[in-house]
Amino acid sequence: MKNKEMCKRVMSAAVAASLALTLCACGGGAKSSSGAIKIGGSGPLTGPAAVYGNAVKNAAEIAVEEVNAKGGLQFELDFEDDAHDAEKAVSAYGVLKDWGMQVSLATVTSAPGAAVAPMYRDDHIFGITPSGSSLAIIYEDPDNATNPYGNVYQMCFTDPNQGVASADYLAEHPDLGTSIAVIYKNDDNYSSGIFTKFKSEAGVKGLNIVYEGTFDDSNASDFTVQLKKAQDAGADLVFLPIYYDPASLILTQANQMGYAPTFFGVDGMDGILTLEGFDTSLAEGVYLLTPFSADATDDLTKNFTAKYKEKFGDVPNQFAADAYDCIYAIAQACEAAGVTADMKSNEVCDAMVKQFSSMTFNGLTGQNVKWSTSGEVSKSPKAVVIKNGVYVGVEN
Amino acid sequence: MDFLSYLINGLGLGSVYAIIALGYTMVYGIAKMLNFAHGDVIMIGAYVAFFSIGDLGLPVIPSVLLSMAVCTVLGVLIERLAYKPLRAASALSVLITAIGVSYFLQNAAQLLWSSSTKVFPTIVSAGGISWNGLTVSWLTLITIGTCIVVMICLTLFINHTKTGRAMRACSEDKGASVLMGINVNKMISITFAIGSGLAAIASVLLCAAYPSVYPTLGAMPGIKAFTAAVFGGIGSIPGAFLGGLLLGVIEIFAKAYISTQLSDAIVFAVLILVLLIKPTGLLGKRIREKV
Amino acid sequence: MSDKKKLPAFLSDKKYRGRLTSFSMVLIMYIVIEILMNTGNLSSLFTSLLVPVCCYIVAAIGLNLNVGISGELNLGQACFMSVGAFSAVCVSGSLASSVPDVPRLVISMIVGAILAAVFGILIGIPVLKLEGDYLAIVTLAFGQIVKSLITNMYLGIDEAGYHFSFVDNNVELIPGGKMLLNGPMGATGTQRISTFTAGVVLVVVALIIVYNLMFSRSGRAIMAARDNRIAAESVGIEIVRIKLLAFGISSCLAGAAGALYGLNYSTLIPAKFDFNTSILLLVYVVLGGLGNMNGTMIATIILVLLPELLRSMQDYRMLIYAIVLILIMLLTNNEMVKTWIQKAYLRLSTDRKGR
Repeated sequence: MKNKEMCKRVMSAAVAASLALTLCACGGGAKSSSGAIKIGGSGPLTGPAAVYGNAVKNAAEIAVEEVNAKGGLQFELDFEDDAHDAEKAVSAYGVLKDWGMQVSLATVTSAPGAAVAPMYRDDHIFGITPSGSSLAIIYEDPDNATNPYGNVYQMCFTDPNQGVASADYLAEHPDLGTSIAVIYKNDDNYSSGIFTKFKSEAGVKGLNIVYEGTFDDSNASDFTVQLKKAQDAGADLVFLPIYYDPASLILTQANQMGYAPTFFGVDGMDGILTLEGFDTSLAEGVYLLTPFSADATDDLTKNFTAKYKEKFGDVPNQFAADAYDCIYAIAQACEAAGVTADMKSNEVCDAMVKQFSSMTFNGLTGQNVKWSTSGEVSKSPKAVVIKNGVYVGVEN
Repeated sequence: MDFLSYLINGLGLGSVYAIIALGYTMVYGIAKMLNFAHGDVIMIGAYVAFFSIGDLGLPVIPSVLLSMAVCTVLGVLIERLAYKPLRAASALSVLITAIGVSYFLQNAAQLLWSSSTKVFPTIVSAGGISWNGLTVSWLTLITIGTCIVVMICLTLFINHTKTGRAMRACSEDKGASVLMGINVNKMISITFAIGSGLAAIASVLLCAAYPSVYPTLGAMPGIKAFTAAVFGGIGSIPGAFLGGLLLGVIEIFAKAYISTQLSDAIVFAVLILVLLIKPTGLLGKRIREKV
Repeated sequence: MSDKKKLPAFLSDKKYRGRLTSFSMVLIMYIVIEILMNTGNLSSLFTSLLVPVCCYIVAAIGLNLNVGISGELNLGQACFMSVGAFSAVCVSGSLASSVPDVPRLVISMIVGAILAAVFGILIGIPVLKLEGDYLAIVTLAFGQIVKSLITNMYLGIDEAGYHFSFVDNNVELIPGGKMLLNGPMGATGTQRISTFTAGVVLVVVALIIVYNLMFSRSGRAIMAARDNRIAAESVGIEIVRIKLLAFGISSCLAGAAGALYGLNYSTLIPAKFDFNTSILLLVYVVLGGLGNMNGTMIATIILVLLPELLRSMQDYRMLIYAIVLILIMLLTNNEMVKTWIQKAYLRLSTDRKGR
C-alpha cells in the first residue's frame, strides 16, 4: 500500500512538471519576427495513413526551399503530425497557432480537415488544403454544399467532382466497357464520396452498374470475392475509386485468377507505377483520370520529380504534387497582394482570400487553375492510359 | 462450383491465419500472456523477406530462412528485454508492455523503411490446377500445404520430443516443472522463438497472396489471428489450426453470400456465438475451478 | 499519532481520504485552468486538450470500475463511447434549431449515457457469464461489431422527418435537410457545444458515482466476487447481477464521455472509436493503478500530454512514446526501483517528522 502512495506522489510531481512545460508555450501573437511568413499545416506523419502526410510534408519542404532560394519572399514551414485523427488535428492546430502561423496548408486528409476548418474561420487564418477532398472541409453544411467557410480552399478536386467526371467520361466512351463493376472502400471518406456521386450520375447517364463491392480497413487485403462476383456479373469494366495501394492488390489478384477487364481509376490511383517493387505490366491498360503524373515530360514536373527523388528516395505522388502547388499558389498570392511577414494573420487572410478568388494559377497539377469564392478548385482532370509502364494521354 | 471456389479461397486465407494463430496460442499456453506484438513481428518478417528477395536477390527459400532467423532472434530478444522482467507482474502490465512493443516496432519500421507501401515480388506464378471449371491457384495450394506441414511438425515436436514435453509441462504447472528440473525460462524463450519463426513463414505467405508491405501490415492479421486462436480455444495447438481455417472460411463466405460491408461484423458475431455456447472455444480445455 | 485522532472522521478514514484527494485535485485544477484561460495565458494547444482529457478521464474511470473493481478485462470500452457520441450528435443535430446550447448539451449527454448503458447491459447479460481472457475477446469483438454497424448507418433529417437506411445509402433529403449519420463519413457539421466546465462537472459526477458504488454494499459484493468468485457465490452474492451493475455503470460513463467528445468536434468518424482507442483507455487504467481513480486521472493527463510534449522530437515522437510506455511498465514493476522509492520516501518522511 505504501508503494502506491509513493508512486502517486512521484506521478503528481511528473504531472506538475509537464503542466508547467505546456503552459510555458503560452502567448505568441500571430506575427512573425524572423522575417519569414509562417506557413503551418498538419497531416498524418505516423500511423496507417502516414504515407500521405509525409508526401505532403516532403513536397512542401521542397517548394519552400525553392521559394526561399529565389530571394524576395521568405517562407517558414511547420508541419505537424495529426495521425489522421480529428482530435490530434485540433491539437496540432493549437500548436501551429501558438507558433504564430499566418497561412496554412490546413490538413492532408478529410476528416481532420473538417474538424479544423471551423477553427480557421473563427480565427480568421487562411488555409488551403492540398488533398482534403471532402466537401466538409470547405462547407459548413456539406449536405447541401452551402455556407462555405470562405477562407478554407482546396487544391485537389472535390470527391463529388471526380465521381461526376468519371461517370461522364465512361458515358462518352462506351468502348471501354459497358457493364460496370465498382469496388470501393466504404469506410473511407474519399472513396465512398466519389462512389456516391458516381452512382447517381451513372443513373442519369444510363450507365449499367452490374456489381458494387466494398472493403474496409480490416479487409483491405483479400479481394478474391469481390473480383469473382464482378467477373460472374459479367463486368467488362471495373471502376476503382480508391488509392493506389489497395488497387495494386486488386490488379495482382485479378491477374492471379485470370480476370482481365478494363480497370478505371481516379486521382488516387496515381502512384501505382512507382510503387516500390510493383510489376507495372499488371497495370497495363489501366485508365485513370488524374491531374498529375510523375512521368510527365514538362520541365516543372521533371524538376520536381528529380528533386523529390534525390531528397527523399521516393517518387512523388498526387499528394506531393498538390502540396507543391499549394506553396507556389500561396507564394503567387502573397507576391500579388504584397503580403509581408509582419502582417497579422487576419490581414494575411483577407489578402489571400481576395487573391485566390480572382487569380489564375499554373502548376504541376493543372494549367489555368481557378477557385470559386467558396474555395472549390476548378481544373480539368486528364484521362490517361498506362501503356508499356508509362502514362499516355488519351485525348491526343 | 462457386461454393467450392469460395471454400478453397477461404481455406487459403484461413491457413495464413492459422499459422499466425499458432504463435499466439503457444505463447499464451506457456506464458499466459496475450502477445499483441506478434502481428508486428510478422511485419518485420515481411520486410526482411522483401529486402532479401528484392535487394539481395536471394531465391525464395533462403529468403524465408533468413526472415525466420531474424524473426526468431527478434522474438527472443523482445521476450528477454520486455517480458521477462515482468514475469512476476500482473497479466495486465505485460499486456500493456506488449502494446508498447507493438507501437515501438511499427514506428521503428516507419523510420527505417518509410511509410510508403512496397510491393512484394511475385514468388508464385499465376495459374493453377483446373478441374471441371474450378481453378485452384498454385499459391492457395502452397499456402494450405505449408500450413498442414507446419501443423504436423509442430504436433510431432510438442508430443514426441523431450523439449516439447517440457514445454507442455510448463504450460500445465510452472511450479511443478521447476521442481522436476525444467528450465522454465528457457522453455518460454524457445516458445517465443518458434512462434516468431512461424510468424516469418506466415509473413511470406501473407505477402505472396497480398503483396503489400507497410509498417502497419501486421495489425489486422494479428487481431484476426488472435480471434482465431480464441475461437479454437486459446492455448490449444489443434484449436488454433481449426480456428484459423474456420475464420478464413467464414470471412470469405460472409463476403460472398451476405455482404462485403458487414463481413467483419459477421465474423465477430460468429465468434461471440461460439464462445457463448462453448465458453473456452472449440477445442479449449474446460478447467474445473477448485474450491 | 495523537494529532490524527483530532481529525474529523472523514479525514482519518481511508475511504474518505481518497475521495477528498480526488475532488480537491479536480477543483484546484479547474480553478487554475479557468484563471489562466480567462487571463489569456493558456496556450491554444493546451486549451484544445481540455475537453478530450475530461472525456478520456471519465471513460477511463468507467473502465477502471470494470477492470480494477470488478476484475473484468474489457477491450471494448471505446464502443460505448461510440454509441454515446453518435446518439448525442444525432440528438443535438435534431434539436439544433429549437433548444439553446447548454440544455441541448445536457440532454444529448443524458441520452448518450442512457443509450450506452442500455447497450452495455444488453451486451453484458450474455457476456458476463464468460471469464478472463474469453470475456476480453468478446468485448473486443463487440467493439468491432459496433464500429462496423455504425459505419453502415445512414440517418438524415429534413422537413418530412427522419430517413434511415442501413448498408446501402438510400437516404434522399429535401434540399435544406441534414445528414446526421453518414455511414463511414460519420457526422459532419456538428455544432461544437462542449465546454471545459461541462467536462469537469462530468468528471465530478463520475467520481461521485464510482466512489459511492465502491463503498456501498453492492461495491463490496463486486470486489468480493472479483477476489473469490466461489466464496462470494456461497455467501449468496448474485455474481452476474452485480457484475452487470458495474458493467452498466461503466458503459454509462463511457457513453456520457463519448457524448461530450462527439459534441466537441465538428466532425466525428466511426473509425475513431476502434480497438486502438479501447487499448489506450486500458493503458491509462493500468498505468494509473487498478482500482485507483486518482491514479487513472493522473495517468490519463500524462499520457494525453506526452505525445504533444514530444512534438519537438518530430519523426521520433511516437517511437519515444512507445519506449517511455515500456520503460514505465518495466520500472513500476521492478523490485529494485520499488524498494528504492520506498527507502527514499521513508527517509523523507522521517526527516520531516524530526523537524
